[in-house]
Amino acid sequence: MKEKLLNKLNTHFKDSIESVSEFRDELTLIIKKNDIVKVCQFLRDDEELHFDSLRDVCGADQFTPENRFEVIYNLYSLNNKFRLRLKVRVDENDLHVPTVTSVWQTANFEEREVYDMFGIIFDDHPDLRRIYMPEEFEYHPLRKDFPLMGIPGSLPLPRK
Amino acid sequence: MAIVSKQQEARQKILTALENQYTTVTFDDPLENDMVLNMGPQHPATHGVLRLLIRLDGETIVAAVPDLGYLHRGYEKLAENMNYHEFIPHTDRLDYLSPLANNVAYVLAVEKLAGIEVPPRAQYIRVICCELARLASHLVWLGTMAMDVGAVTVLLWGFREREKIQDIWDLFTGVRFTTSFTRIGGLANDMSAQAIAATKIFIDELPASLDECENVLARNRIFIDRCEGIGYVSKEDSIAMGLTGPLLRAAGVDHDLRRDEPYLVYDQLDFHVPVYTDGDVLARFYVRMTELRESVKIIHQVLEKMPSGPIHSGNPKKVLPRKEKVYGKMEELIHDFMIVNFGINPPVGEVYHAIEASKGELGFYIQSRGDGYPWRLKIRSPSFVNIQSLPMMLRGGLISDVVAVIGSLDPVMGEADK
Repeated sequence: MKEKLLNKLNTHFKDSIESVSEFRDELTLIIKKNDIVKVCQFLRDDEELHFDSLRDVCGADQFTPENRFEVIYNLYSLNNKFRLRLKVRVDENDLHVPTVTSVWQTANFEEREVYDMFGIIFDDHPDLRRIYMPEEFEYHPLRKDFPLMGIPGSLPLPRK
Repeated sequence: MAIVSKQQEARQKILTALENQYTTVTFDDPLENDMVLNMGPQHPATHGVLRLLIRLDGETIVAAVPDLGYLHRGYEKLAENMNYHEFIPHTDRLDYLSPLANNVAYVLAVEKLAGIEVPPRAQYIRVICCELARLASHLVWLGTMAMDVGAVTVLLWGFREREKIQDIWDLFTGVRFTTSFTRIGGLANDMSAQAIAATKIFIDELPASLDECENVLARNRIFIDRCEGIGYVSKEDSIAMGLTGPLLRAAGVDHDLRRDEPYLVYDQLDFHVPVYTDGDVLARFYVRMTELRESVKIIHQVLEKMPSGPIHSGNPKKVLPRKEKVYGKMEELIHDFMIVNFGINPPVGEVYHAIEASKGELGFYIQSRGDGYPWRLKIRSPSFVNIQSLPMMLRGGLISDVVAVIGSLDPVMGEADK
């Protein structure tokens, strides 16, 4: 399955893949940011690979000067019982990533969560609002520069 | 301001008209206007603090928007600031109806990251943990869902059985609710003969009580009418919406992580994965009822097959030593000190491990930089993803079906809000 997947992706999207890595039998591909929708669409629609289910989207803050953020897609193929992890790198100065809600509807809530926690903006997302924090909250709590104890006064108490 | 004055004007008109006994009053047809209704976050049928905004046309639901975050405690942020062992108690508070399964899911992910093998006895005991948690969670679901559609008796019966499970947890983990039972590389305690005996008695008696509950519901006209054809979601939609667990199996997708990606010793156990194709509330009821019986079957097999032996893997640099040894031996004292203060330092890398929890796929994604604490820990909680499909299930239904659909979804907000 792994070879088949990599062969197919290499023939169709050789330029989109930045790197391939494997750790504990889990395959991780880093994809160029602007090609993510194209690659996802291919992975879902290809009859052999058939990654019909997106299990998770999450963000990560690597706290590096370049490409600080990551968006991680956890794909699962129900037919092949195979998992694949796609990653997109996002620079702090350009926090826009194309949304994959057109490929899998389930990305809606999960991308909202990434937006809420990391401030990554998903272009063309149907309903990009905060999901856990109140809408008027200014910070993105899972960024590494947000202190564990919170910022005093950032969450106003309800008026009496 | 404009709206207020308009309202006052309309009100005045009605009052003057009512005072004159010869006028006939005509009101606007209320069915021509949509009404927005707020359910929750404090609503008995939303199972926690789920808030739902519903737009109604008469009694029919036009649109529904779930609103989350009322129980957000920031566990992912907390996890980045504590070592791997310290996070185990926090996993109890995710899906608080099945704390033991969460404990197991978390340590399995960490063990995969650190490359720790766990001895067979511990694996068998962990299967018992997972299945008892599934039983407890499904029993609460059975009771609350039946209550939501009007059958209060089953709530009491469900809780009566769950009480027995909690007594068993008390015997073998020491607490009834927030268990924190697993350890990285093993378990907090071995399962005592007393706990095994109690489990045996319980699973021998449970099927009879399940029959009792099912007899009250499955041939009950009111229950069937309130569940059949309600909250429908098709096979394609359920895959696209990322549904997992009983909801996916009720929509005709034959998928169970215990069988498809076997973890622990599930590949050596014989069990059946129930699949129904109706995709409605009644199908979910049957899926979960069958799962309850399958769990009983699994625990029977585990108790028969369980080998004796150690419950900790023999890797002293990663696995916390037993407390009595820490007090008496120098080596163990040093290891205990190092693990508690500096953590287990797994290699640099990232893993994702998921188990089939009672609500669906519960996964932990961990990024490690080789430190004692995770660089990033993401909880893939089934309830969070499942709640997303609520609008799809509710649209076109009646307002009275909302509680039935939420009941069949079985969300736990501790898990959905993290």
